[in-house]
Amino acid sequence: MALSASNLKAGDTYTECLVEDLSRTQIVMYAGASGDYNPVHSDEKFTKEVAGYPSVFAHGMLTMGMTGRMLTNYVGDGRLTKYGVRFTSQVWPGDSLNSTATVVDVTDGIVNLNVETTNQDGAVVLSGYAAARVD
Amino acid sequence: MAVEKFPVEGSHIMMFARSIADDNQIYYDADYAKTTEAGGVIAPPTFAQSSAQFDPTYFLRPKIGEDWFGSGKEASSIKKKESSGGGGGGGGLHAEQHFEYHRHIGPGDVLTAEVKPGKTWEKEGKRSGKLVFSETITEYRDQNGELAITARGVGVRTERPVDQ
Repeated sequence: MALSASNLKAGDTYTECLVEDLSRTQIVMYAGASGDYNPVHSDEKFTKEVAGYPSVFAHGMLTMGMTGRMLTNYVGDGRLTKYGVRFTSQVWPGDSLNSTATVVDVTDGIVNLNVETTNQDGAVVLSGYAAARVD
Repeated sequence: MAVEKFPVEGSHIMMFARSIADDNQIYYDADYAKTTEAGGVIAPPTFAQSSAQFDPTYFLRPKIGEDWFGSGKEASSIKKKESSGGGGGGGGLHAEQHFEYHRHIGPGDVLTAEVKPGKTWEKEGKRSGKLVFSETITEYRDQNGELAITARGVGVRTERPVDQ
């Protein structure tokens, strides 16, 4: 379902819960599908003893992928023209994430959005932007 | 990461959608997808990243017959000097990712990915010492040579693991 430009105004928001209590298995699923088998995402021994982190952590691209699900649920399938993010904090097993898109403006059939994903402590883990075609 | 042949397939899209916990049926059900505006199954917005599966030299995938830097009996099968040296251990961390969609890809597309180096820069980080950023631009072209997706990634190597 695509958005209609006439129903959008700057400041409108759309929020989704991306995940509650992120499991290590979900991270492993992402490794398998994406092909990114960096052991810091699945190998606790390596991550603690060699990489120096307290546990394995999620791929940034898993957070971007789940945030993309929020976006496509909002703007509709096949409507995105741009989507970009910065990864601002790591995401750990057990984290719960919420993601919000905020309308910046609507011009020439394109809605520009700010995108932000936060964890259960309110820390921003991903911040970025998207643009999508609207009707 | 240069890829000569990245065939986009329905089962890969299904597995990728599961991996990002997306139950949108446009990724699973070709009959349903036909009834949508897209007119068929399409890939989720970040799917192009899984072109890594088709990169023969991708360094974050164990290769048959080669040492892998993750744990087995030991914490890493590769000796310290190669695998240490900062956060991320082996691959650094992903700092940014940007996609520009010229069109949306789906099963039947066969893409190539051409990688061009971008800028590099350094910054002093409070939580991880010196940070070295490097950018790559990846152009995904379809079977007709048309640009489908332009991706820009930024990786960062940290001097030490990021303080928590």
